[in-house]
Amino acid sequence: MIVRVFGQAGSEIMPEQTATRVLTCIQCGKCTGGCPESGKTPFNVRMLVRKTQFKSNIDEALPWYCTSCGACSLRCPRDVKPSEVIIELRSKLVEDGDIPVTIQKALENTFVQKNPWGRSRNKRADWVEKAGFEIPHVSKTESKRLLFVCCIQAYDPRCMVIPVNVAKLLRAGGMEFGILGEEEACCGNEIRRIGESGLFEELQEENLGTFKEYGVKEIVTLSPHCMNALKKEYGNTGIKVSHYTEVLARMIADGSLAFPGSFEKKVVYHDPCFLGKQNGIFDEPRSILKAVPGLELLEFSRSRETSLCCEGGGGRMFFEVESVYQRNAEVRVIDAGMLGAEIIAAACPFCVMTLEDPATEKGLAVKELSEILVEVI
Amino acid sequence: MDNSEKNVLVVGGGIGGITAALELASCGIRVTMLEAGPSIGGRMIQLDKTFPTLDCSTCTLSPKMVEVSLSHNIDLMTVSHVTHMAHKGPGFLVGIRKNPRFVDAKKCTACGMCSEACVMKGRIPHEFNMMLGKRAAIYMPFPQAIPQKYIVDPERCLFLSKGKCKKACIDACETGAINFEDPGEDMEMFFDSIVLAPGFDVYDPTEKKELGYGTLSGVVTGLEFERICSVTGPTGGDIQLNGKKPKRFYFIQCVGSRDRQSGARYCSRVCCMYTAKHASIVRDRIKDSEVYVSYIDVRAYGKGYDEFYKTTQENGALYIRGIPGEVIEGNGCLIVRVEDILSGEMRDIEADMVILATGVRPRKATETLCELLCVERDDYGFINVDAITPSKTNVDGIFVCGMGSGPKDVPDTVASGGEAASRCMEYIGKEAS
Repeated sequence: MIVRVFGQAGSEIMPEQTATRVLTCIQCGKCTGGCPESGKTPFNVRMLVRKTQFKSNIDEALPWYCTSCGACSLRCPRDVKPSEVIIELRSKLVEDGDIPVTIQKALENTFVQKNPWGRSRNKRADWVEKAGFEIPHVSKTESKRLLFVCCIQAYDPRCMVIPVNVAKLLRAGGMEFGILGEEEACCGNEIRRIGESGLFEELQEENLGTFKEYGVKEIVTLSPHCMNALKKEYGNTGIKVSHYTEVLARMIADGSLAFPGSFEKKVVYHDPCFLGKQNGIFDEPRSILKAVPGLELLEFSRSRETSLCCEGGGGRMFFEVESVYQRNAEVRVIDAGMLGAEIIAAACPFCVMTLEDPATEKGLAVKELSEILVEVI
Repeated sequence: MDNSEKNVLVVGGGIGGITAALELASCGIRVTMLEAGPSIGGRMIQLDKTFPTLDCSTCTLSPKMVEVSLSHNIDLMTVSHVTHMAHKGPGFLVGIRKNPRFVDAKKCTACGMCSEACVMKGRIPHEFNMMLGKRAAIYMPFPQAIPQKYIVDPERCLFLSKGKCKKACIDACETGAINFEDPGEDMEMFFDSIVLAPGFDVYDPTEKKELGYGTLSGVVTGLEFERICSVTGPTGGDIQLNGKKPKRFYFIQCVGSRDRQSGARYCSRVCCMYTAKHASIVRDRIKDSEVYVSYIDVRAYGKGYDEFYKTTQENGALYIRGIPGEVIEGNGCLIVRVEDILSGEMRDIEADMVILATGVRPRKATETLCELLCVERDDYGFINVDAITPSKTNVDGIFVCGMGSGPKDVPDTVASGGEAASRCMEYIGKEAS
């Protein structure tokens, strides 16, 4: 393992505010105790904050374990924002080019093709073919309501069905919306968390330019990660940003969307970190599931604010950690099995991807929320 | 100076207010004591024991409460509050609302037959026991209550709230003390000076979802645990959880103290020591218990405190440097996830009970009280005081003691009660000369 020495240079890259915050850490350990990685892997968030106070040696592999679930920053009694400290540490590594090859690749891909998977930008709207109906460009809509698709759902064969489903659901509820197609660029949520703030700013600038050009007034996102970036990290855009579950929950409440079919399954809902603990959207996905006839909604003991992170966020999608340990996704699947659930439902493509492998192994199904809903409309 | 012509209002009947009132009364000053609740005693009377001596709290405080009730110079008004205030010379014209007790204090013999007969008996969460036990709609908050008189809770009494009840209490009362027509009383009185002793509330940790308070059985606050330990508590002093005797206890300090997330960056000053006290009580009463205490740093600054901390450790409480990140449901128990910072190891510790050392907050009613009296408060809501005269508020003639001006333990509150009384006398003396 290469050991990096942060000399005085450390303070140069660290914004003054962050440095001051880090100095106020009282090493209470609240962050480590609630961290999905600390204890299971060599990662120890408190220790990294401590070492940052001293600007001392940090093993380069460590910052990449963080899943950006945000629990530490939400709970830190002194507002040190440990997860932001990790991003600063990553920034330094990115700046020096000392980063895992797969992360490097994801950044390059995003720079060139505006998605971390490096798929051709002009194929970003390929999923539309599967919808079976026309979806207009947002500029052609009256409402200027944009369905923001997200990279993984535009390209990944497993996730491409999600935008199709949500489009069908919005249509069923009588809501007008449009897309940007190949003009949509990655939101940059994970890019910022990987530590490439320069690239994040480029993506932000490009997307904001596009939104402005077409007069976008409202954005409905499919991924909680996109929602987080657009809502909280793009600055004051004046554009209303919601997650699609918020929109559907409203439609169900006002009667514009109903489920005539039935779905006779025991479903446990897994709260994605970026939807739940980081953005406080807990009730909408549940109210949607409760509106599905026949569906029995189960709850994990660790739910809502205490939901166990699936380990898919913060760049972990692009990086396989070295250490061998029981993945949280597996713990989650075992818990779901004990509850007697047949299906784990999530409202985030990353959660779906990470949960699916261990679930398949144990004979459980993982469904993105919309996959259940399209069966009953 | 003839003190018997001097009148002082003491607002709050906890140990701070009681100390100030008794000292003023002993100098011949006429004291009117307002208490918002049905009995004086405040938070201290809810405690099982006090640190660091493990003295019985009731045994220490009860005689003082009785002294208040017997003093010819103290006029005690319960379920009462200030409604308005106007300056009159160096003194104050104060409006007081004395709410009805619906029980004639002159007739009530505290026999308790009414409470036994009440149809709501055992159905209303009991405030004194931090909602753990149940009481009737006509009740006495605890056996040593002062005044030793029953009271009707108008919000939960079926007759007073809904107009429908067989009124078994009236039949049961042999002296005819119950009067549902009691209108209470509004009055205006003149006081030469005012001492505020509004006390404190305990931080409600429900918002700390990761700690499981309100969602996981077995997670309680420090003051709830105090009631569980107390002989006058819901279990008669037997430490129980859902009828079972817990064996593994996990104490978490600094819950809602030194914590920006809950809006309180201050140290509550009592939690380290009350947790050590709880740990000692558990080790003493349950010999095969396992006791863990999670801390950031132990603040044992008072006389005999650090020694008490050491004794607690000697008695078998294991202190862990590190605050748990989460309390989760285990297999028939709770699991506390904590980094034991001193060994650098993550631990999942099984526990039957998790006790959150919840910090203190200004008493809710302090805000209204201070607005009525034009008394300034700090950003947290504690009353602002002069740096070297710690009972002096921004209003001449109005003094404060106890937790009202910031966190204090019992000895400090008693000292501040004395300080407030002496400043008050000084003010009155100046007035006279």
